[in-house]
Amino acid sequence: MPDKTTVTPSSVAGAGPGQTGSGVDVSAPSVAAASELASMGGVNKPRSLGQDAWRELRARPMFWTAGILLVVLILMAAFPFLFTGADPGHADLRNHYLGDPQWTHLFQEDWFGYNKQGQSVWARTVYGARASVIIGICVTFAVTVLGGFLGMIAGYFGGWWDALLSRLTDIFFGIPLLLGALVLLQAFTHRTVWTVVLGLTVFGWMQIARVMRGAVITQKQADFVTAARALGAGNGRILLKHILPNAIGPVIVVATIALAGYISTEATLSYLGIGLQPPAISWGVDIASAKDVLRDAPHVLLVPSTFLSLTVLAFILLGDAVRDALDPKLR
Amino acid sequence: MGRYVIRRLLQMIPVFIGSTFLIFFMVYALGDPVAAMFGDRAPDPATAARIRQELLLDQPLWKQYLHYMGQIFRGDFGTAFNGQPVTELMGTAFPVTLRLTLVAIVIEIVVGITLGVLSGLRRGRALDTSVLVFTLVVVSVPTFVSGYVLQFLLGVKWEWVKPTVSTDAYLNELLLPGVVLALVSLAYVTRLTRTTLAENARADYVRTAVAKGLPRRRVVTRHLLRNSLIPVVTFIGTDIGQLMGGAIVTERIFNIHGVGFQLYQGILRQNSPTVVGFVTVLVLVFLFANLVVDLLYAVLDPRIRYA
Repeated sequence: MPDKTTVTPSSVAGAGPGQTGSGVDVSAPSVAAASELASMGGVNKPRSLGQDAWRELRARPMFWTAGILLVVLILMAAFPFLFTGADPGHADLRNHYLGDPQWTHLFQEDWFGYNKQGQSVWARTVYGARASVIIGICVTFAVTVLGGFLGMIAGYFGGWWDALLSRLTDIFFGIPLLLGALVLLQAFTHRTVWTVVLGLTVFGWMQIARVMRGAVITQKQADFVTAARALGAGNGRILLKHILPNAIGPVIVVATIALAGYISTEATLSYLGIGLQPPAISWGVDIASAKDVLRDAPHVLLVPSTFLSLTVLAFILLGDAVRDALDPKLR
Repeated sequence: MGRYVIRRLLQMIPVFIGSTFLIFFMVYALGDPVAAMFGDRAPDPATAARIRQELLLDQPLWKQYLHYMGQIFRGDFGTAFNGQPVTELMGTAFPVTLRLTLVAIVIEIVVGITLGVLSGLRRGRALDTSVLVFTLVVVSVPTFVSGYVLQFLLGVKWEWVKPTVSTDAYLNELLLPGVVLALVSLAYVTRLTRTTLAENARADYVRTAVAKGLPRRRVVTRHLLRNSLIPVVTFIGTDIGQLMGGAIVTERIFNIHGVGFQLYQGILRQNSPTVVGFVTVLVLVFLFANLVVDLLYAVLDPRIRYA
């Protein structure tokens, strides 16, 4: 998912050392970055953070492994019918109760056998990808917006705002993600993908808020902020046009790595019976019902588990690659 | 140091009140404990009203909360809906989970730090690569998957260990659940140790130590490790609280009757006093673990002094 990383560059972009005439500028850090780049890559033309990150990413086999896995996964979530012609809801107890996998029947209904209800394990696994992908991406987006906003306010305005928001962060931090989401979601009798997104967002934004606050505090003292203020820019403009583009790097890193965790937590919630509910098709729900027949038919549990683990792995690899590309200090 | 501890303790008070109120709000205001008592059937309105009055549920939420907190400080965590005092449930559950967490932490420390040191000292070699791949695999497999697979292979198929844990939860029975609980954090400890070790290996003081002719072993243990383990200790400290709360999945897989088991039952049945009571204690554990970690900082790193 390269577009995730290239979101920033357009906003950071341009502003090389030569371009000072337009008044307010973001060149201070770019100059430093550019000179670093020049010494590193031997290229004289300054590049933006995003371009630099993309160059770094392209060179990494880890990124391409993750990328291929993710493309397959997203195709699976968007167009499940491309992968299987079988209906995930169709149950045939008479013929297919816990039918064994037919490993040679690639992409057929009985490729990975049947579950307790006589439903195709392959079809359910393909259709189950959607819930995980939607929840993972939506929670990450919501958490980044909410945590990023609160962190920005706390870091930029300081004083009372900071004290209040930091205590609020501490309060939510006192309750582990899984536990908080469990307690919150049990209050809903009918849970959909969006309720789960809400539950994970409410207890997931704190880390982003802390990272954003730290980044904003560092950037706030930079010369280009003083310059912008001297030129009469308001708080909103300074925050959005000058501080945000420079502070968002670490936030993207943390968010990408956290995405894998949200997918895993969603599956855990569904497995515990407090996330998505049947008839919703989700890996967590399927694994939960497969655990009772583990002795007789391990494939019913192992197939969705493998896909779940591969998905989490793909996002972790992507997160690692993005971190290495955006944050050279952590390498 | 003393003043620092007092200041930190005072700072903990609003956080404690906030976290417990948050849980209280979710359980009592969002959920409906009285309806939950009756299961799927609709309660008789008169009975429901009577129960509400008995449990003070007809009062405003902040009054209920104050009442509850007042009772907690007298050591009364209320009564679970089956009539058992919550403190009694805690008395049986916490020792079990404490033992499980201990097993997990020991595994985390021993295996995680060993793997991290080995791979950090041999960066780029085959061992380093295989350790990295191992951590990636471990982090990717969610606990409930690794738990069932290990239980099935070791417990059912090869019969090396007992697949479930008895009510007494002896230490040897907790070995496999401990491994399962520790796995994900273990991978983090390994990676953290590896990164900080590799970072510090280039530090000036290491070069000095090597230059004055110290044996490699001493350079590694006395100079490199001592400085590299500071972030690892922080991580493990904060992990204690996470592990105790996160044992829900592990305890469910291995049928361990600890905190996670009681909490999960409480959440499923909307047994409000149990949930609020257990989470309150977990929040306290978490806050104190963080305090201890901060104090340990000063012990490990003499450059840090708390006024």
